[in-house]
Amino acid sequence: MKKALPLIISGLLAMLPLIGLSSYWMHILILVIMWSVIGMAWNLLGGYCGQVSFGHAAFFGVGAYTAGILYNKLGISAWWGLPVSIFIVTVFALIIGYICLRLKGPFFALGTLAMGVILRVMAENLTTITEGDLGIMIRERTWIEKTWYFYIILILGVLSFFLVKKVIESKLGYYFVAIREDQDAAESLGINTTLYKTMALCLSAVITGLAGAFYTNYMGYIDPKIVFALHDISIVTIMVVMVGGVATFWGPFVGSIIMVFLAELIRTIPKLGAAHHTFFGILLIVIIIFLPNGVVGDWPKLKKAFRGRRAG
Amino acid sequence: MAMLEVKGVSRFFGGLAALTDITFSVEKGEILGLIGPNGAGKTTMFNVVNGFYAPSRGEVYFNQKKISGLKPHQICKMGIARTFQVVKPLQRMSVLDNVIASAFLRVKSRAQAEETAWDTIKFTGLFDDRDVISKGLPLGKRKKLEIARALATQPEMILLDESFAGLNPAELDESIGIIRKIKEKGITIMIIEHHMKVIMAISDRIVVLSYGQKLAEGTPHEIGHNPLVVEAYLGEAESV
Repeated sequence: MKKALPLIISGLLAMLPLIGLSSYWMHILILVIMWSVIGMAWNLLGGYCGQVSFGHAAFFGVGAYTAGILYNKLGISAWWGLPVSIFIVTVFALIIGYICLRLKGPFFALGTLAMGVILRVMAENLTTITEGDLGIMIRERTWIEKTWYFYIILILGVLSFFLVKKVIESKLGYYFVAIREDQDAAESLGINTTLYKTMALCLSAVITGLAGAFYTNYMGYIDPKIVFALHDISIVTIMVVMVGGVATFWGPFVGSIIMVFLAELIRTIPKLGAAHHTFFGILLIVIIIFLPNGVVGDWPKLKKAFRGRRAG
Repeated sequence: MAMLEVKGVSRFFGGLAALTDITFSVEKGEILGLIGPNGAGKTTMFNVVNGFYAPSRGEVYFNQKKISGLKPHQICKMGIARTFQVVKPLQRMSVLDNVIASAFLRVKSRAQAEETAWDTIKFTGLFDDRDVISKGLPLGKRKKLEIARALATQPEMILLDESFAGLNPAELDESIGIIRKIKEKGITIMIIEHHMKVIMAISDRIVVLSYGQKLAEGTPHEIGHNPLVVEAYLGEAESV
């Protein structure tokens, strides 16, 4: 049962468009899966390898802009952004890794945060390449309907899930966790910590970049403030994983369901809607205090609390 | 032929000389004890051999190859494993997973790594604790886990940093048994220990450090009768 769960859930998700959901619900579903993909990517680096990044918007943005620039400058389909972004994002990840991975703990987090901001400023000012604040508009949309976008991101989501699972259960996964738990010990056990941290960063960045390239195709418009956003991308990525469960396979998926629905819910509240970041902040504090391992990680605790209340 | 050669090694931290011109060697298959009062530079010596610190002066050779200046993971790959005085278990991993993680150094597949890990935890007597998350282990078992992890990298030489400190007498006897078994496997051992009776009983030779300098070198019998050592070290430590 437990082994078949990923297949069952992806099967169920694949059948969802068949029941004729409205365009709005399809959009919500696409966002949920896109955020799961980004969350899984972040989890690989931050959750398993222990390198907490506050700058994943950098990779998301580079992926998004790869697709956008291919369309805008070369006149080819923005879908080429998906395969091409793998290479471009890897190059960026290697550069960012070279600079940031020598930093440890909070210093790494600050370094990546800075990288995200630097890339945003660059995208704003390199107007000959990026069109700056005007952004890039994809004028010919591939589909009007959302169904195919949904299937594409679903395939990306399922592939990411199995890739992360495969990696974590292999030698690589053991090495990542060993680095997270104690870098000196890992090094003296023969683990080339610099190499494996770089690998975790590249994998994580590439998956995030793919989500970014998909975003360009799906939304049809990108600008630096959207795709390199600190609060709307980098911070939300961390929240998705924190809420769902750090270093769990299902955490990012559960977290993105909660976060996307919560964001939509709060937005509908009159007057308070604009303050959704405040609510996210409060939620994060509550999660850190009561469910430090997230909904998935602390599921037994949650179940117990719920049962206890009913019994009492 | 000496397996490990430390040649004229000095290590400075700012103006402080933690090690000054240390020269000694470890023969294949022996147990070399490294002793000295607190702050003598024993752990620094390990950190130099293991690659955490590069020597400020001098060189270290392992099987005739220069290893000083290499990184710890490279040195471990060449066949030197170590344990830490302040134990460093991979806290949120089970005992077995801890050992599997180190076994991956020599093998690629998980099945092979698990096989090595099973053998190692049986060898070190951690079999019953294999599924315990290592955060929850008592100190004695953490020390054993350190040894198990080092062994799982299949080393030619193992550096044991105070693997006996804080153990009760029963655990102490068990650990001495494990060390003798490691020696029987043909693994060369260099050991730091404060426990005088233990070090005198198991070492083939002893090197004494004091204030970063080599004070003496010899068999346990010679060391026990060396007036310099008695004055600098054993005199104070007799009560232990």
